[in-house]
Amino acid sequence: MRVSLTVDGVARDVDVDPGASLMDTLRSLGYASVKNGCDNGDCGSCAVLLDGRAVNACLVFTAHADGRAVTTVEGLIDLHPVQRTMLDMGGIQCGFCTPGMVMLAVDLLEHSADLDEDRVRDALAGNYCRCTGYVKQVEAILAAAEERGDE
Amino acid sequence: MSDPQAVKFDVVGFNERKVDGMALVTGKPVFAGDLDQPGTLHLAMLTSPHAHARIRAIDTSAAEAMDGVALVLTHRNTPATRYTTAGQGYPEPSPYDARMFDDKVRFVGDRVAVVAAESKAIAEAAVEAISVEYEVLEPVLSIDAALAEGAPVIHDEPDSTGIWDAAGNVAAAVDVRVGDVDAAFDDCDVVVETTTETQYAQHVPLEPHVCRSYLDEHGRLVLYTSTQVPFHARRIVARLLDVPIHRIRVIKPRLGGGFGVKQEVLLEDVCGLVTLRTGRPALWEYTRREEFVSSRTRHPFRVRVKVGAMSDGTIHAVDLDAIENTGAYGTHSLTVLSNAGSKTLPLYNRAPHVRFTGKAVYTTMPVGGAYRGYGATQSYFALETALDELARRLDMDPVDLRRRNHIREGETSPIFAELGEGREGVAMTINSCGLPDCLTEGMDAFGWEEKRGRRPGTGPLRRGVGMATFMQGSGIPLIDMAAATIKMNDDGSFNLLIGATDLGTGSDTILGQIAAEVLGVPLDHIVVYSSDTDMTPFDTGAYASSTTYVSGKAVEKAAIQVRDQIRSVAQKMLDTDAALLSVEHGTVVAPDGRSVTLGEVCTRAFYGADQFQIAATASSVPEESPPPFLACFAEVEVDVATGIVRVLDFVAAVDCGTAINPIMAEGQMEGAIANGIGYALTERYEFTATGRMRNADLARYKIPGPVDLPPIRVLLVDSYEPTGPMGAKSIAEIGINGPIPAIANAIYDAVGLRLTETPFTPEAVWRALQSAGIS
Repeated sequence: MRVSLTVDGVARDVDVDPGASLMDTLRSLGYASVKNGCDNGDCGSCAVLLDGRAVNACLVFTAHADGRAVTTVEGLIDLHPVQRTMLDMGGIQCGFCTPGMVMLAVDLLEHSADLDEDRVRDALAGNYCRCTGYVKQVEAILAAAEERGDE
Repeated sequence: MSDPQAVKFDVVGFNERKVDGMALVTGKPVFAGDLDQPGTLHLAMLTSPHAHARIRAIDTSAAEAMDGVALVLTHRNTPATRYTTAGQGYPEPSPYDARMFDDKVRFVGDRVAVVAAESKAIAEAAVEAISVEYEVLEPVLSIDAALAEGAPVIHDEPDSTGIWDAAGNVAAAVDVRVGDVDAAFDDCDVVVETTTETQYAQHVPLEPHVCRSYLDEHGRLVLYTSTQVPFHARRIVARLLDVPIHRIRVIKPRLGGGFGVKQEVLLEDVCGLVTLRTGRPALWEYTRREEFVSSRTRHPFRVRVKVGAMSDGTIHAVDLDAIENTGAYGTHSLTVLSNAGSKTLPLYNRAPHVRFTGKAVYTTMPVGGAYRGYGATQSYFALETALDELARRLDMDPVDLRRRNHIREGETSPIFAELGEGREGVAMTINSCGLPDCLTEGMDAFGWEEKRGRRPGTGPLRRGVGMATFMQGSGIPLIDMAAATIKMNDDGSFNLLIGATDLGTGSDTILGQIAAEVLGVPLDHIVVYSSDTDMTPFDTGAYASSTTYVSGKAVEKAAIQVRDQIRSVAQKMLDTDAALLSVEHGTVVAPDGRSVTLGEVCTRAFYGADQFQIAATASSVPEESPPPFLACFAEVEVDVATGIVRVLDFVAAVDCGTAINPIMAEGQMEGAIANGIGYALTERYEFTATGRMRNADLARYKIPGPVDLPPIRVLLVDSYEPTGPMGAKSIAEIGINGPIPAIANAIYDAVGLRLTETPFTPEAVWRALQSAGIS
């Protein structure tokens, strides 16, 4: 079936199997930042924004994205503040979970005010990282929140 | 640099950004599965549904006839060479008990066939079309079943080598004795004994195993793969496929975590064979399910330990016996078993009487492999539980018991010489031991004095505190070897070429920092390239906490040689004695203040008189393995009504010598502690009665997420290891040992119950509380 969607600001018409997941479609289009960690919705490595909200791309049918806008980490303009704080504060180790984690953080920073550690951890609850223990990722997101004016 | 007080660094010790950080945070296609090549064949695997069976017949004709299927590999059309998948140094200390494809399968998930097809979907459909006739054999699903009289022999094939006792299902054994343990216990005032059991677990790197293979323009086989051991992978694949080593190039791009599981050669042989047979690129990505079921795991252990002490708390005798379940194959069986003693017993070197015995036992269960901690994690559970009980019997603070007994600077342990990586070890003296500071700073940060001895109360929620201490190692002495090449460019920058393998740990960055420090340039003047068997010099790979200490030393040595060459060129330019020149901040400075830039030096070497390439290659073979040390403190809350254990606080104070990049060193500890908490509380394989894993996904195999962990507090204590690069030791593994005993001891403090089997799930804890009558 034909699906028309916008990926990182670029209009895309794709011919996909009706059962194709958005993760597989994005990866086949070359958006390699969308990582396949489990193909089961458990790990969050494939998270992208769909019309501005974070979703696990492996759980979304590509057909469901018809007429909608997808943002991957590759589509972030310049360096998003949370990308910079992740870089500076040790939030990245192997980097495989990083794109998904960053997209969750972008959604969180966009849609929530007055973030604290508990709220950040709750928001990231669906994103696994095996390298860091989450300490520095949570710190990095809180630092990005502080930069924009959170206490 | 022998006086740490005198050492002042410009790059080392600073929190430099990861050299690959920008590529990773912007999602560049840098992992092995990210790049697509036209004409790629996709691979899918058929695995054994039986724990133990002989393949009587296999019919692949229907699969081969399917549109889009290029090749089907089984035991009938692949090399029968015996080998080990363990990516260890040559000769590997693991038995050669496996084949690429065998006519016998030994666990549910064992490889039976692989299909290469135009798409993954076709390959998976073709796998379904293969029909196999099995003669089902009796499964062997526990250590006790394997050792029972008349047990089925799992490795009954005549051509396996290196097995300790194949007929008895024993892959490997150790026996080390110092003094006279049996007599010594009679002299002790207090003797405690405990037996602990640890479970199967998986590393769960977020990136499952992945390998791409293709032929380069010269027809050489390129393996672009998620490996911790590029050079071992090249050697093992070359032997299996009977291809000269020089016809194979192994490249490790960015790696999505390893933790030991990517020290196995699991995909490269098959991908390589598909490409050699078809001439086409091949891509094989393990699914998460295959990662659990068919790759490698942590060896389960049963450890019995007996510790005897005098009334003042001095430990007099230790007897440790370990039985390891190595699963279907003996990968790392001997060395993991050895480490259960060699990385634990020297910590308490006061004891003149020590015995360590052990066996690695075959079962028809998932295959053990290298996993961060490597036997020490399993063994420390028993040892540190016993010490906690010893402290209680002696009415001592557990911290004081450790202080009385732990090894110190200038001291040794006979175990170092007696026991190494599956063979005799290497004698060594401890040059740096920051454990006294780890204990003091850790207990202060944790509030040990205030929290200890608090009454746990009688409500359903009971709090308690526990602690434990640890050592590990820094590489494998006189076995590991790492080399580094540095060459200079005419803008005053350098290429650093290293065989070392960055798994995501940040080793490319810290090795760059070491080079930058010696060469007097900022880190961005070091272009780091690693893990490519064509382009970088040899390195045994990333395992055994080797990279910082062993590879780091090679980088330091190469950089010093390059600096000497820089001085020799600058000497002519500045017309002065080379020995008087200092190389700093991108310049070479004479005593009188005249200077030339590094760019000018290299330009002269390229284009001026006596032209040559300023470059050096240096190798490092460690003569010892200086241990990092660690003290962990945990506070838990046990709900006696539900059995739920919550970790409220976790403090880890560690001595890793100089932290080359402190924020990354903390990250290594935090990640290892998090992984250890998962192993202590939730992670386990659940098996059916026939040996099939029931919970092979991340919904049912529970690793810790952000809401499941306390804020892990890491303290890096001041320390300097004189034999290490810039005073550094390695830090990768030690942290994972901490959670099980620290949490177990805290649970005892909370509810008076000694748990001896991991994981401490709510059900297990609740049942134990019920049996003990605690409510």
